[in-house]
Amino acid sequence: MLEVEHLTRRYGPMTAVDDISFQTRSGEILGFLGPNGAGKTTTMRMVTGYLPPTAGEVRIEGVGLRRDPLAAKRKIGYLPELPPLYPELTVRDYLRFVARLRQVPARERNNAVERAMERCALADVRERVIGRLSKGYRQRVGIAQAILHNPRLLIFDEPTAGLDPRQILETRHLIRSLAGDHTVILSTHILSEAANTCQRVIIINRGKLVAVDSPENLTRRVKQTETLLIELRGAGAAAQAAIAQLPGVSKAELIGEQDGISKLRVESKDLSTREAIARALVEGGYGLLELKEVELTLEEIFLSLTGSSLPAAASA
Amino acid sequence: MTGMWAIIRKEWKSYFVTPAAYVVLALFAVIAGFFFYSMLAMFVMQSLGGGGMFGRGGVDAQTMLLQPFFFDVAILLLFLLPMVTMRSYAEEARNGTLELLKTAPVRRLEVVLGKFLAAFGLLVLLLVITGLYVGLVAHYGKLGLKPVSAGFLGLALLGAAFLALGLFISSLTRSQIVAAVGTFSLFLLLWVADWVTSYGSGHIAELFSYLSITSHFRNFAQGVLDTKDLVYYLSLIVVGLFLTARRMELAE
Repeated sequence: MLEVEHLTRRYGPMTAVDDISFQTRSGEILGFLGPNGAGKTTTMRMVTGYLPPTAGEVRIEGVGLRRDPLAAKRKIGYLPELPPLYPELTVRDYLRFVARLRQVPARERNNAVERAMERCALADVRERVIGRLSKGYRQRVGIAQAILHNPRLLIFDEPTAGLDPRQILETRHLIRSLAGDHTVILSTHILSEAANTCQRVIIINRGKLVAVDSPENLTRRVKQTETLLIELRGAGAAAQAAIAQLPGVSKAELIGEQDGISKLRVESKDLSTREAIARALVEGGYGLLELKEVELTLEEIFLSLTGSSLPAAASA
Repeated sequence: MTGMWAIIRKEWKSYFVTPAAYVVLALFAVIAGFFFYSMLAMFVMQSLGGGGMFGRGGVDAQTMLLQPFFFDVAILLLFLLPMVTMRSYAEEARNGTLELLKTAPVRRLEVVLGKFLAAFGLLVLLLVITGLYVGLVAHYGKLGLKPVSAGFLGLALLGAAFLALGLFISSLTRSQIVAAVGTFSLFLLLWVADWVTSYGSGHIAELFSYLSITSHFRNFAQGVLDTKDLVYYLSLIVVGLFLTARRMELAE
């Protein structure tokens, strides 16, 4: 589908994107994950033909972006970080303009506009001026312009940035519904978004590609110990001491005590250690209420892969 | 070509859903109308009172009426056309829509030409308004078709050169104000460049005189077509469009 090879972009002495290569699979949602300034937007701009790369090659269904930019661009739908809207136009006039610009044949133009409006739930605002629409609607108009010409590849740069929680859910839902018919690349710095929406994730940091894998595999790759969360009624400190003695427990800490209920966080080696902990707590009469494994968040995976350490506040 | 046509249509839509085009058209119609009325009134007064001074032919409408009127319209264009061009690229940069244009399957030249032709269309509309005034006089008096057409051709070329340069300046900035001030200053410089000839001489003065947009307009206003002037305006237009296209290729 999309092949990116050794893509590099330098600004003077600074290298914004450093030798990135990856491929997409047909119909998947590929997440592009990294902190702000990691090179996500620069990469997307090169893939869409907005920014010429310093080195490297982009091919879309075998069509080289450098060799035949017009044919390659025809296969892409792109929503930049800031939706490219003309505030003075109505939604329908704007989409008609984009349809013309994207060379949708005259006969199919009306249909394409109607279909995009329907898909993005814009029918109610079709005659409204874009400048007067809410941010959520504007984002949807942005998505509508990207899918208008039914491109094989959709590229969304931070599609949920600046939206309220409900709009974020709606937008994610919309994007998920687009996968299958289209291959979707989605950039985000919100890790849970990538975990929720994407089949595969590319992690990029300081312009370099750090990892490409599914969120589950990434978790497995990073995970060396289980993190357990334990709730019990009774003396937290005594329980903590009891657990810390057990073999296979690398760390046990008391993270909260409220209304007679204590919470502990324990790093244990494997399943049998977990079993031993449970037995010790029950036999010792600590009033065990709950014992569960904490899933590693993508935040932790990300930090572990990029080699930064987790700030104390975030780990609690 | 579809891309260029899309841009032209979109530009015209944008002109006329915002007050911009109406303001320019209205101001132009009123001010040009006032100029024309003043010229005409003076012309009538002179031709009634001092007809003898000019011999049997009476006063010449070409030199007394049309020539100064064409110059006034040219000055008016100098003031108003920056208002037409200032938003074109500056606004696209600010809205982020340049990203849409650059990632669409459209050649840069189609975008540049589309924007230029759309603005030129608006210029033609302005000149049609002036044409009505002139036509009114032509209906009652005698005006040669050739000098009138030469004058309008001159205005169209001068205006088109202004537009091409104005579009380029607009492509350099995100701020409409900066674009407007920059464009207006450049126009003014081109306008007064031939002042050098009144106090200097030699190659430099000659160069400035050649660059002056006024000295090339004089022939047109007098009803004379000269290839030299045509080449001057056409090269300004080509340079403006070429620079804009180059600018479009560069990243921000």
